[in-house]
Amino acid sequence: MLKITDLKAKVEDKVILRGINLEVKLGEIHAIMGPNGSGKSTLASVLAGKDSYEAEGTVEFLGQDLLDLDPEERAALGVFLAFQYPVEIPGVSNMNFLKTAINSIRKQKGQDPMVAKEFLARVKEKSALVELDAALNSRSVNEGFSGGEKKRNEIFQMAMLEPKLGILDETDSGLDIDALRIVANGVNTLKNEDNAFIIITHYQRLLDYIIPDFVHVLYNGKIIKSGDKELAKELEAKGYDWLKEEAEAV
Amino acid sequence: MANKEDALLEELTQQEYKYGFTTDIESDLAPKGLNEDIIRLISSKKEEPEWMLEFRLKAFEKWKKMEEPKWAHVNFPKVDFQDAHYYAALKPKVELDSLDEVDPELLKTFEKLGISIDEQKKLTGVAVDIVMDSVSVKTTFSDKLFELGIIFCSFTEAIKKHPDLIKRYMGSVVPMTDNFYATLNSAVFTDGSFCYIPKGVRCPMELSTYFRINEANTGQFERTLVIADEGSYVSYLEGCTAPMRDENQMHAAVVELVAMKDAEIKYSTIQNWYPGDKNGKGGIYNFVTKRGICHESAKISWTQVETGSAVTWKYPSCILKGDNSVGEFYSVAVTNHHQQADTGTKMHHIGKNTKSIIISKGISAGKSNNSYRGLVKINKGATNARNFSQCDSLLMGNDCGAHTFPYIEVKNKSSKVEHEATTSKIGEDQIFYCNQRGIDTEQAVSLIVNGYTKEVLKQLPMEFAVEAQKLLEISLEGSVG
Ligand SMILES: Nc1ncnc2c1ncn2[C@@H]1O[C@H](COP(=O)(O)OP(=O)(O)O)[C@@H](O)[C@H]1O
Ligand SMILES: [Mg+2]
Repeated sequence: MLKITDLKAKVEDKVILRGINLEVKLGEIHAIMGPNGSGKSTLASVLAGKDSYEAEGTVEFLGQDLLDLDPEERAALGVFLAFQYPVEIPGVSNMNFLKTAINSIRKQKGQDPMVAKEFLARVKEKSALVELDAALNSRSVNEGFSGGEKKRNEIFQMAMLEPKLGILDETDSGLDIDALRIVANGVNTLKNEDNAFIIITHYQRLLDYIIPDFVHVLYNGKIIKSGDKELAKELEAKGYDWLKEEAEAV
Repeated sequence: MANKEDALLEELTQQEYKYGFTTDIESDLAPKGLNEDIIRLISSKKEEPEWMLEFRLKAFEKWKKMEEPKWAHVNFPKVDFQDAHYYAALKPKVELDSLDEVDPELLKTFEKLGISIDEQKKLTGVAVDIVMDSVSVKTTFSDKLFELGIIFCSFTEAIKKHPDLIKRYMGSVVPMTDNFYATLNSAVFTDGSFCYIPKGVRCPMELSTYFRINEANTGQFERTLVIADEGSYVSYLEGCTAPMRDENQMHAAVVELVAMKDAEIKYSTIQNWYPGDKNGKGGIYNFVTKRGICHESAKISWTQVETGSAVTWKYPSCILKGDNSVGEFYSVAVTNHHQQADTGTKMHHIGKNTKSIIISKGISAGKSNNSYRGLVKINKGATNARNFSQCDSLLMGNDCGAHTFPYIEVKNKSSKVEHEATTSKIGEDQIFYCNQRGIDTEQAVSLIVNGYTKEVLKQLPMEFAVEAQKLLEISLEGSVG
């Protein structure tokens, strides 16, 4: 359902992604790992449509080239990004934000707004899934949330929007083991044969809970190695240096 | 309550128009210029008593020796006060034959605001055959109010019918010589509103100039006086969300509020005078003096949403004279394109245990300039006075300016004054976050702006708040992305 071909991206004149190729099929989970600054967040942002990046190549998604679409259109098609640094929106309650999001997506699809009862039922179900305190929903989006609450809120939003493709950008960073388990449980519950996930992470730790079908190593704007979950374990044991040397030798 | 008002309004707008404009109005245009004769003319046309004429002439004498204030952070060409008509109150608007002749941009805005065709015609000066019959609106409302002893009428009428109240309170809060514009207003004001709430009466409806509409074109030099007698309550609404055009460039209104012991006045304004075009041409200069006095345990609350005018100069203030009195100021001021606003408040604590709160939310976009200017003054005798001020500025784009000028004078050590200020930019990050969740940029901006202004908008009566929200959206359209 997602086919990235020779994707390059730069910001101002700085080249960050140097030709990425990746195919993700329905029902799959892909993990992307790599040292800091290798371009993982950039890849996520480019897929989601952040316009500060100049992108070329193609990103085929459910029959359309994502690069031709505005970010809100991509969202309506089913692309969801759990941000590495979730943004605060003062004065806008989490509930109002989600209602606006859901109804904007429905509107783009030509559907009527969700009725309040259905919305509330879904909020109840999905906040239980990530064990999100109900009180957080009446607070402003991410404002004054702890680091862990912000990350769980991202997964909660993902659960509410039921995307086709969920991209998690270092959702595990800064989480304690309990929160990590909650996040993983959220993803595992949402996962089915009709969606897919790209999990960006630093640590193999998360991958003990979310079992990836593929693991890719991103380094200096390129995927330099792909493998299965064993690769993640190898990285944990050996670090990235051996791969860097390998990559630079090529 | 508001529904009842709507229904009544609806009923009235459906009625046949019974009273035509009296034709002699059209010929009643005073020559340009400002001098004693013109003032005598205004006064005689309005059939005013001698004392009123004396008040005007005295103000005029003072005004001639005054200079325009220069301290505000605004910039505009010097106004030629001799190049204007001062008997403009009854100046008829240019009548157009159909809405086709009206600026299509303006019509689009009306549509977005959900203003009816008839109303649109009225606001743009298109001749209408069915208009709101203001005379009967007035009487229907007045009947209800009359039972309670509430007086709500035009200033002109009040001068005739309630001279004692006018003589006693006019100029008691904003002295005739308070400032250049207030003094000018005192000399040449054409009309405005008067409201008196008797002791212990809670006014059962929002009093609104929108419903009163008794005189056309009173906008230029309006004068409003609201008196809430002991233990009474009134909520007063002024302005409307529809963009108001006016051929008079200079506006200088005066509003005086008197809250007697234990009384409460809530005064809400939506100001949407024509701001000029995208290049900064045209637009109203709005110089307003608004002030209220609180006697013992009284409360005055100003709420304003300012989106219009090319230049705004306005500081709704409270004199907290009585012990335990409370002053509040909630403001959203939006500037876009080339608009300039210098607005804020003065809280003058005189009595003991007086409290004030200031919440100011500025939003600047385009090439505009938006300043908050506030004074918190605590007198020696104001033991245990408290003030809290929160002044936030939101910037949209890189070409606009936001400035904060807080002045604090404290003469009593037991008082406590807190001031917080923030400046933020509508972040690309915030917008992208919304976009990623399926929300387009325009909607994202309005969501963010609504969140930012929530504390102020929630002070407005419900329907007014909804309209204000829409108005903010429209005023900021296209400022990001
Ligand atoms: N908007 C930007 N402007 C300038 N440099 C950027 C921008 N975004 C990312 N970069 C740079 O691109 C590189 C990759 O960043 P990022 O994608 O955040 O890496 P990762 O998520 O893998 O840590 C880094 O060197 C970073 O500084
Ligand atoms: Mg990153």
